[in-house]
Amino acid sequence: MENIELLVSPAHYQFFGLVPGALLSLLYMVVGLGIFAYVMWKRVAPLLKAKPDNSRFSDMPARVKNIAAIWLGQVRQPRYMVAGLLHIVIFFGFLILAIRTCSLTVVGIFPDFALPGFAPDQPIGAIYNVLKDYTATAVFIACAIAAIRRGIVKPARYAVPEKYGHDHTAEAVFVLAIIMGLMLTESLFEGVLVSAGHKGFLAPLTLAWIFSKAFASTPSGTLQFLHIASYYAHETLFFFFLNFLPMGKHFHVITSFFNVLFMRVTRGNIKPVEYGITPEGLDQLESLGVKKVEDFTWKHMLDFYSCADCGRCSDQCPANLVGRPLSPRFITIKARDLMFKNYPICKPSPDNQEPLVGTIYEADEIWSCTTCGACEQECPIGIEYIDKIVDLRRGLVDDGEVPQTLQKPLQAIGKRGNPWGKVEKKRADWARDEEFFGDREVKMMENGDSGEVLYFVDSITSYDDRMVNIAKCSAKILDACGEDFFVIGKDEKDSGNEVLRFGEEMLYQDLKQHNVEIIRESGAKRIVTSDPHAYNALKNDYCELDLPVEHISQVIAKNIRSGQIRLKPAEDSSKVYTYHDPCYLGRHNDVYEDPRDAIKAIPGIKTVEMPKNLDRSLCCSGGGLMLFYEPHEKERMAVIRVKMAAEAGANVIVCACPFCMVNMEDAIKVAGLDGQLEAIELTELISRHL
Amino acid sequence: MEILVCVKRVPDTAENEFVMNSAGNDIERDDLVYSVNEWDNYAVEEALQIVEKVGGSVTVVTADDSAADEILRREMAMGAENGLLLNDDAFVGSDCKGIATILKGAVERGKYDLILTGAQADEGAGAVGGMLAALLDLPYASLVNKLELGDGKLTIGREIEGGKREINEIFLPCVLSIQTGINEPRYVGVRGIRKVASVEIPELGAADLGIDVSSVGAPGAAVKKVDYFVPVKGEGAEMLAGSAEEIADKLIEILKTNGGLS
Amino acid sequence: MAQVFVYLTHSNGVLDDAAMELANAAKAISSSPATAIVAGSGVDAVAASAAAIFGNVIKVDNAALGYPNAEVVRKALVNIIPKGSVVLFAHSTFSMDCAPGLSIKLGGSFVADIVGIDGVDGSCLKVIRQELGGEVSTHVNVDISAGSVIAVRPGTFAPDETRSANGVVTDRSADIGDLSVKRKFIEVQTPEAGEVDITKADILISIGRGIEDQDNIQLAMDLKEAIGKGAEVSCSRPIVDAKWLDASRQVGTSGCTVKPKVYMACGISGSFQHVGGIKGGYIVAINKNPNAPIFQVANVGIVANIVEFLPVLTEKIQAL
Repeated sequence: MENIELLVSPAHYQFFGLVPGALLSLLYMVVGLGIFAYVMWKRVAPLLKAKPDNSRFSDMPARVKNIAAIWLGQVRQPRYMVAGLLHIVIFFGFLILAIRTCSLTVVGIFPDFALPGFAPDQPIGAIYNVLKDYTATAVFIACAIAAIRRGIVKPARYAVPEKYGHDHTAEAVFVLAIIMGLMLTESLFEGVLVSAGHKGFLAPLTLAWIFSKAFASTPSGTLQFLHIASYYAHETLFFFFLNFLPMGKHFHVITSFFNVLFMRVTRGNIKPVEYGITPEGLDQLESLGVKKVEDFTWKHMLDFYSCADCGRCSDQCPANLVGRPLSPRFITIKARDLMFKNYPICKPSPDNQEPLVGTIYEADEIWSCTTCGACEQECPIGIEYIDKIVDLRRGLVDDGEVPQTLQKPLQAIGKRGNPWGKVEKKRADWARDEEFFGDREVKMMENGDSGEVLYFVDSITSYDDRMVNIAKCSAKILDACGEDFFVIGKDEKDSGNEVLRFGEEMLYQDLKQHNVEIIRESGAKRIVTSDPHAYNALKNDYCELDLPVEHISQVIAKNIRSGQIRLKPAEDSSKVYTYHDPCYLGRHNDVYEDPRDAIKAIPGIKTVEMPKNLDRSLCCSGGGLMLFYEPHEKERMAVIRVKMAAEAGANVIVCACPFCMVNMEDAIKVAGLDGQLEAIELTELISRHL
Repeated sequence: MEILVCVKRVPDTAENEFVMNSAGNDIERDDLVYSVNEWDNYAVEEALQIVEKVGGSVTVVTADDSAADEILRREMAMGAENGLLLNDDAFVGSDCKGIATILKGAVERGKYDLILTGAQADEGAGAVGGMLAALLDLPYASLVNKLELGDGKLTIGREIEGGKREINEIFLPCVLSIQTGINEPRYVGVRGIRKVASVEIPELGAADLGIDVSSVGAPGAAVKKVDYFVPVKGEGAEMLAGSAEEIADKLIEILKTNGGLS
Repeated sequence: MAQVFVYLTHSNGVLDDAAMELANAAKAISSSPATAIVAGSGVDAVAASAAAIFGNVIKVDNAALGYPNAEVVRKALVNIIPKGSVVLFAHSTFSMDCAPGLSIKLGGSFVADIVGIDGVDGSCLKVIRQELGGEVSTHVNVDISAGSVIAVRPGTFAPDETRSANGVVTDRSADIGDLSVKRKFIEVQTPEAGEVDITKADILISIGRGIEDQDNIQLAMDLKEAIGKGAEVSCSRPIVDAKWLDASRQVGTSGCTVKPKVYMACGISGSFQHVGGIKGGYIVAINKNPNAPIFQVANVGIVANIVEFLPVLTEKIQAL
């Protein structure tokens, strides 16, 4: 340590011998923050024109929990291990270094400034200084790895297909470089002080420590230059970074906290057409659904701002997987690009009234979504897709732009209450199968019967020649459970789960109103259904109905636990069973364990899990109206799924949903797996073992 | 362009199961649901697309009782500006010529550049459009599955056998019967229908239309439906047995009788 | 009894086969011999072949009739056919274009697409028609006292193949009058290869998973070629999913809704989704599984492996 002459701090430094550094630093702060305030104001402007959403302030405890777990706890990050760990390092690095960065900005004006308690001679300050040096170094390394990953390794999920615009790698690497620059300049600023002989402890092997060693014998004039240059380089980078954030995918650094705070806290349900408008008021609305960007709610716009372009949604999206023209990530990114274009920073906003579908979105893209929820389950910052897709579909329906293949089933549901246009009086024909039921008569509301439990059958299980077996088996199971149950019969109408999700709001409202009235009239105390789609609609969308709703798998598991039903040993103990989680039972309603418990209650049964299971279950391509939609796709989702089941070593794939059954049974044939793999519905499996 | 589209309320084949009534002379009508004739939907869509291009208005008309109000409203929800219900007790029992005569009355009360019908309806006759054109002395083309606007005329494609298309020029005003597939009719949601629920639909009778009641309705009908029947069809399939050759021979007879194999 | 005229269509100088069926249809209406009408440009040969079937043939030869523009033909016919006559057409896209208007101009009744004649009772002709996409049939009484135009569905009557009429051809080309109309024929466009419309076929050879292998698709194509006109190959969804056939050939709720005259379900089990797309016609089911649900909806069932059965059928039809 030859240099005993101490360095002049930035605040006291005289540029050209007359401009005090403090003044320059003040100027930096005023200009930097001024621009930032202006930019943020411009970014907030469209949110003020957006549709309201007051639901976002409800249930604060759940929201605080989300902040604790998803934002601060980063619990969704390790679902993608490498990227997740890198992000966690950078995220906590930012949190820790935010304190240092703020105080450093003020240090340029008041050289001895420290946040209360953070002075280096105080215990917290001392610990903090060590912590931040290691943090800066860790962030630097994490960014370097991340840059190599994005720039050289290039994981497939970051690729931007040509139709979705330009590649985002340059922006990502550029920002990583800025962050690395911030780490370097801060460490250099710190390091040369020690090189110059300032007292201070630098944690070993940190960047600052390395710099202090590297410049240990550098002349003091050079150190003085490095000290001042690194400070202003850091400040320049910092204010540039701050103002660059709202220009692209790194806006999430600012918005993610709010996005997670305001993310949905309810499950399974669909947002109303407009918050504050009752179903009766819908008739008076000029237009329904989302047609232009301002029709989105402010939270949905915030979603667009918040997307970090991590690609996890699209990586999990089954539609994207099979080559349908939908990639959820670009639903967001295209909307964000449009918002930036429509609300520019430096120019007046053009009055862009062009509809979204036909410009940034294609109709097929919007109809391709199965509403399986895999994207939302994965998003680390709570971006929503299903409500947006439904809102866009509402707009298309309002303009009459519904694919031809969907018009017939919608019309049939309107006229007959089921998408095939089958006559109402045959709705409960399955219950009149004497061969199956013998003398046992299923109670029916159409015959004036009632009971404690309503078994809500829904359309496919009522009419499909194959799926009526689920209704029969469910009846048998309910009998075994000792339930006093009945069905509605001809006056039951489609639950409308898909009608709502396909954007035909008014038809859905009619169906719901009808079913709610008939259910109330029936005097049922509880509802059981074997169709997860009906389960979801009755439980989460029929908010007027305050009856408990159970899926048959829950009833089975409950009765097995209570000992009410005991299952016989596995019919064929050589077979290996795997359970396929239906989206509307698993992801949308968190029913994962009951069906598994029910299967495992069969003594001697062998089970295996597929690699994609539980909340990462792969959608079978959807039910309800999806059966009628002809998407452009390379392969069917269910085909991929049955192959996955076979690879996992299963001979039987157990579904707990009639639509999954339709798709899996078809897929087994298409995949050429007949003889090797079979599909069975949970109720069928259980009733065989009663 | 002022366009009149003639539409009909029919039992929807996709949403009904047709069974005979107990008397065995008619189909059981209690559980039937009705829609607008599918072909008419394409005609209305085509009319709307023309008006979207060149301006004007679309009027939908039907000769039926007041139950047909619902299908007029549905087509108005699609975008037709006006509806017209031709309803008179004297119209009951009209054959195709009777319907064409009634529609002629409606055409003559307005000034239309183009009159469209569906290529056919529930009875599968495809007759009304051609009869209407003849009654009005206007040029006619049937089974139109392509339409381009010209100056005072249209270039149209007719669907003919073998998937071919016959291209014609036709002068306006004219009558065209529209085949499915010419366009993709827009969806009409529950909300759209509610929006037009209270629009006034004028109702015209024989006197309003200047129609001689003896030329329409049952008395004017030269073609009268006597009864309905369902050709006998057993439970499940009749199974053909024998050697492959014998079965093939039987099948060839079936193809000759039912499929026109020659 | 009214005089019966039969309008005969022809293409490329060859009389359409429907002529022989119409000869028998005319006999079912009236015992007095019918008069055939052949209109066109340079139709001597066609008129001569018509004369083998009908005792009287009216020939109308005019350049304006070179392509059968229904507007022109109708104008010519009005000048040739006396009012009060019965006029028969084969139900076709031409009859749909020409016949309804002709009935108005002749002042008689009109009935389209009849599938049977039950007899004549005075001036009442009793016919059978189908409605609602063929789901129900009706008995219809047609008053022919002021004449009538009747379009007969091809296949309703057996063809009169005797060709022994040795008829007389009368040239009425001079009587057709002014043929100026407000519709001009331009051209006939043939669809591009690959564009298939299974909804228009009379006989659908529809294949399902029973076809087993992509190479076996050819068996269905061979049968289609053997049957010829009106036949087309369709399929169930698994075949489309396997990319063995184009999606435009798919029958079912997510594909096309079809109403052929005969639907041959070959190796199709008959899922709800598939059967939902069959809206009429005589259903022949061929499946090796005697319990296949398709047999529940079929008119006729054959328990056979289609891969073995189709070639036998094709060979037999080729030999016809």
